[in-house]
Amino acid sequence: MTVSRRRVGAVVRKELREYRRNGSIVSAMAVIPLIFVLPPLINIFALPASSASALHGGRPLLYLLGIPAVVPAVVVAYAVVGERQQGTLEPLLTTPLRREEFLLGKALAALVPSLAVSYAVYAAVLASVELFARPAVAAALLRPPPLVAQVLFAPLLATWSIWLGMAISTRSGDVRVAQQLGMLASLPSVAATTLVAYDIVHATLGLALVAAAALLALDALGWRLTAALFDRERLVTGDSRRSHPRRARRSPPPAAGAA
Amino acid sequence: MTPAIEVSHLTKEFGGRTAVADVSFSVARGEVFGFLRPNGAGKTTTVRTLGTVLRPTSGSATVAGLPLTPANGVEIRRRIAIMPESPGLYPRLSVTENLECFAGLYETPDPGERIDRALRAVHLTGRAHDACGTLSKGLRQRVALARALLGDPEVLFLDEPTAGLDPVATRDVHELIGTLSSGGVTIFLTTHRLEEAERLCGRVAIMSTTLRTIGRPDELRERLFATSLTVTTRDPLAEPASVFAGLPATGGWRQDAPGSYVLAVSDARVAAPAAARALVAAGADVLSINQSRHSLEDVYLELIERDDQASRP
Repeated sequence: MTVSRRRVGAVVRKELREYRRNGSIVSAMAVIPLIFVLPPLINIFALPASSASALHGGRPLLYLLGIPAVVPAVVVAYAVVGERQQGTLEPLLTTPLRREEFLLGKALAALVPSLAVSYAVYAAVLASVELFARPAVAAALLRPPPLVAQVLFAPLLATWSIWLGMAISTRSGDVRVAQQLGMLASLPSVAATTLVAYDIVHATLGLALVAAAALLALDALGWRLTAALFDRERLVTGDSRRSHPRRARRSPPPAAGAA
Repeated sequence: MTPAIEVSHLTKEFGGRTAVADVSFSVARGEVFGFLRPNGAGKTTTVRTLGTVLRPTSGSATVAGLPLTPANGVEIRRRIAIMPESPGLYPRLSVTENLECFAGLYETPDPGERIDRALRAVHLTGRAHDACGTLSKGLRQRVALARALLGDPEVLFLDEPTAGLDPVATRDVHELIGTLSSGGVTIFLTTHRLEEAERLCGRVAIMSTTLRTIGRPDELRERLFATSLTVTTRDPLAEPASVFAGLPATGGWRQDAPGSYVLAVSDARVAAPAAARALVAAGADVLSINQSRHSLEDVYLELIERDDQASRP
C-alpha cells in the first residue's frame, strides 16, 4: 500500500482552508488557550521574588500542555462527522483517496494549526515572563528542561488527542456531540499535565522518558484504532452491522466488495 | 470489446431489507445507459455498490474493465466518477478551491488547465471564485458535474444530473452528456425524468428491486404495448362493425367515445390506409387516424403498476 503525498496534501489544504473560514473553529483556537494561559500567568505575576523557588524549575508552564491536548480534539471533531453532515463525505469516498490518506490528511490538518497555536502561545508566555515578571521569577521559569518538555510533548499529546477525536468523529452522528466527547477524552491528558505542573506528581527525566514512550505507543495504537473504525459503508449508510455481508441474515457469501 | 460495466446476479441487503436483488446487466463502452427506479427503491445503492462505496452482499461486477473487489477499489475509483444527487460541495470554499481539492485527489496533471476546461464545459468560468455556499442549487449541480469531469473518467455515474436545473442549463447538460458519450465516456444515468432518459439513453433498465426490463425505449414499448390506431370521425359510425371487420392486419376494435374508435393492429402501415378507404367508402367524415405512441413513461408506469398488483395479497 502506497500513500500518495499529493492526495494527502489535497486533503490537508482543503481542511486548512475550511478551518480558516469556520468561525467556531477559529474561536475555539482563540478561547481554549486562554483557559490554560491565565492561571499560570496570574500565579507567576502575583508571585513575590522571594517565592521564586516555589516555581519548581519552571514546571508551572507545563500547564500550557493542556493546549495541544484540547485544541486538536475540538478541531478534529469536524473531520468525519462534519463531512457527513454537510454531505461532502460521499464525494470524497468515491475518489481514489485511500482510507489511510484520508485519515493522515485530516490528522495533519488538525496537528499543524494546533501545534502552531500551542507553540505561539508558549512563546508569547515566555516573552511576557521575560519582559514583565520579576527577574528572580523569570530566572526560575525560563529553564531548558520545561522548554524541551513543551517542544517534545506538545506533538505527542496533540497526536493522541487527534486520533481519539477522529475515532469519536468517525462513530459520532453529530458534530457537537463529537466535540464534547473529544474534549472529555482529552481530559486525562490535561489532568496528567496539571498534576506535573503543580508538582503533585514530581517530574523527573525518567518519568518524562516513560511518559514520552507511552504516548508514542498510544499514538500508534490510536492510528490503528481509528483506521479500524473507518468503514466506508458505515460512514455512507450510517450502519455497517446491518449491511455487512458476513453479518447479514440469509445472505450468500460475498463475491465482491468495497475497498 | 470488454463492456464498461458488467453486473452479474448482484444483490445488496441491509439487514433484512433487500435493496437490489439478483440484478444482471451490462453496459457497453461509450453507451448512455438509463437506470430508472421508483423513489426509494435503492438506485443510489446500485451506484454506490458499483462505485466501491458499498460491499455487495452477493454477486459480482466488473467496472471500467476491473472486477469489483476490495483490491481494485482505488483503481476503479480512479477510472470512474460519481456525481451524487446532492452536490456535496464545501460551502465555505470557492468553486475553484473545491475543484482544486478533487483535482489533487485524482492526481490530475496540470490541474489548473483541467479545472478551467471543466468549468468551461459547464459554463461556470464566471463564477470560479464564488463561494459554493452562495450558489443556487442549479449552479451547485453544475459545479458537481465539473468536479466529476476532473479525472477524465471512463465511466461517469450521474445521479439525477438535471434535478433543479432550469431548461437552458438542462439542455447544456444534455449536450455535455452527448459530447462525453461521443468521446467514448460511458454514462450511467439514473433519473426520474423519463423524457430525459428517452432522449439521451441508448438503452434503459427499469428496476423495482429486481431488474424488470432492459432494452431500447422503442423495444420496451413494443414489448409491453400492442400497436393501435385511433380513428376519429365527425359523427359516430352507423355500423362500425361492418366498417372495421375484415380490415387487413387488424385484430379487433372498440369504441372509446362517440366518433372515436381504437383498432388493435399488427402492422399500422397496412391497417391505416385500409381503414381510411373503408371509412370513406362508408361515407364517414374522417377527422384523424393516429397510431398510438406510448412514451417511456407509459412503459415505466405499466411495469410499476404490474409490480404493485403482483405484491398485493
